[in-house]
Amino acid sequence: MKLKGRRITRGKAKGVALVSRRPLSFLGGIDPKTGIVTDVESDIKGESVKDKILVFPRGKGSTVGSYVIYQLKKNNVAPKAIVVEDAETIVATGAIIAEIPMVDKIDIKKIKNGQIIEVDADKGEVIIHEGEGI
Amino acid sequence: MYLTKEEELILAGEYGYALQKAMEILVALGEIYRADRLIPIKSAQIAGVSYKNIGDAGIEFLRDFVDAGAKVSVYTTLNPAGIGNEEFMEKQREVLELYKAMGIEVTSTCTPYYGANMPKFGDHLAWSESSAVSFANSIIGARTNREGGPSSLAAAIVGKTPNYGLHLEENRKATVIVEVQAKVKDFVDYSFLGYHLGKLLKNDVPYFKGLKPEKTDYLKELGASMAATGSIALYHVEGETPEYKTAITDKLEKIQVDDKELKEIKEKYNAGWDEIDAILIGCPHASIHEIKEVAELLKMRGKPLRVPLFITASRVVRYLADSLGYTEVIERYNGKIVVDACLIVSPIKSWYKGIATNSGKASFYFSSAGLKVRLDNTDRLIFEAP
Repeated sequence: MKLKGRRITRGKAKGVALVSRRPLSFLGGIDPKTGIVTDVESDIKGESVKDKILVFPRGKGSTVGSYVIYQLKKNNVAPKAIVVEDAETIVATGAIIAEIPMVDKIDIKKIKNGQIIEVDADKGEVIIHEGEGI
Repeated sequence: MYLTKEEELILAGEYGYALQKAMEILVALGEIYRADRLIPIKSAQIAGVSYKNIGDAGIEFLRDFVDAGAKVSVYTTLNPAGIGNEEFMEKQREVLELYKAMGIEVTSTCTPYYGANMPKFGDHLAWSESSAVSFANSIIGARTNREGGPSSLAAAIVGKTPNYGLHLEENRKATVIVEVQAKVKDFVDYSFLGYHLGKLLKNDVPYFKGLKPEKTDYLKELGASMAATGSIALYHVEGETPEYKTAITDKLEKIQVDDKELKEIKEKYNAGWDEIDAILIGCPHASIHEIKEVAELLKMRGKPLRVPLFITASRVVRYLADSLGYTEVIERYNGKIVVDACLIVSPIKSWYKGIATNSGKASFYFSSAGLKVRLDNTDRLIFEAP
């Protein structure tokens, strides 16, 4: 299945989807050293974003969260790609400076946690490989 | 979004990595918020200064940006820094050095309009401190969105910002009329009102009827409190603010605010003096009028405070207070004027359990950080404090 959205940054990635149904705060919500989600309000608390395709509705919290995304990348614990419903300033800026492929305007309800998905940010697309997963 | 030839070249990396990244941020935001083009800005004001907020992640990014030759292309000032232990202060100095290396004026204040960075009506800006954004839009009539730290930095480097949101005339109209029936007279009453409306209205553009602020400081506090508990970046006050005459459109929703609603906030922030370790005046940073008032109140009080008083202010205002003799009076009564810093972006919880303040904004952040808060008017704080 192919989901059509919009390109925020460039690039392509394929990996396991880590799906949060709630808005995600990066500052204070994800440990920049380990990539583990620590946001107590998050439904993916305790999971690692490292090498995942991180899927969530939108960012929230401090705009300094952009720098956390940058540090995740420098520490090699960043997600391979970011997929959201609505891009806003925090996550979009973070994805740009960290050079992580990112798309928005995706109906994330169609993506299941643990599915293998492919993000083609250049085309603004997410491809779900049915049946594949962990 | 339309880009000029030169903007296209910047985006393609012809002018180096730092400008390219900055341009990528502006273009992405422009696309997300459907701007038609980039517009030049007169100045930038950057948040994300306290080490407590930006952390090692921010330092790392800023260092890489400086190494890549990042320089601001318009006049740019900074938000206040944090205060902490020696290790903290070393990191804090590093942050300031990195901003300085980009050509930013290290005037660390949330009230740049009291000196170093005073916009005029109609200027387009990229400011990020929420209370300063509110002041610039509402009281001055300049135009800025509520930028994040990184997006204001990108705008400062390129010298432009995407043309959307509050840069556009149509988005500056009121979205709700607020009829103030409550008694709103003193500084702290504006804190209560702002605190209440920020929670209630989120990101509306309120139009106030029935407000007669004696001082601009009161409007500053109203805006700061609304921007703290909500995300209001622009408001109009009938007969007071520069754009009120063109702000009203047909069929606006009306709400009323009466004494009962404001009393609830007063009761919420009513910690006893036995729980208070310090008094804070100057959130946002105090004006010279506020400092003069405190000095006069202290003289009337006649004996030094046992609970230390901190007044946070910009350097411009501090130097004025020094030369006018107010600083000397304040220090004599166990007060201190602190420059370049902000207690709400400092690791304050390790020093204090409770704070008394006249600021609705400070009350909101201190209580979120788990401190006890007493929110009251300046004169009662000075007279009633132990």
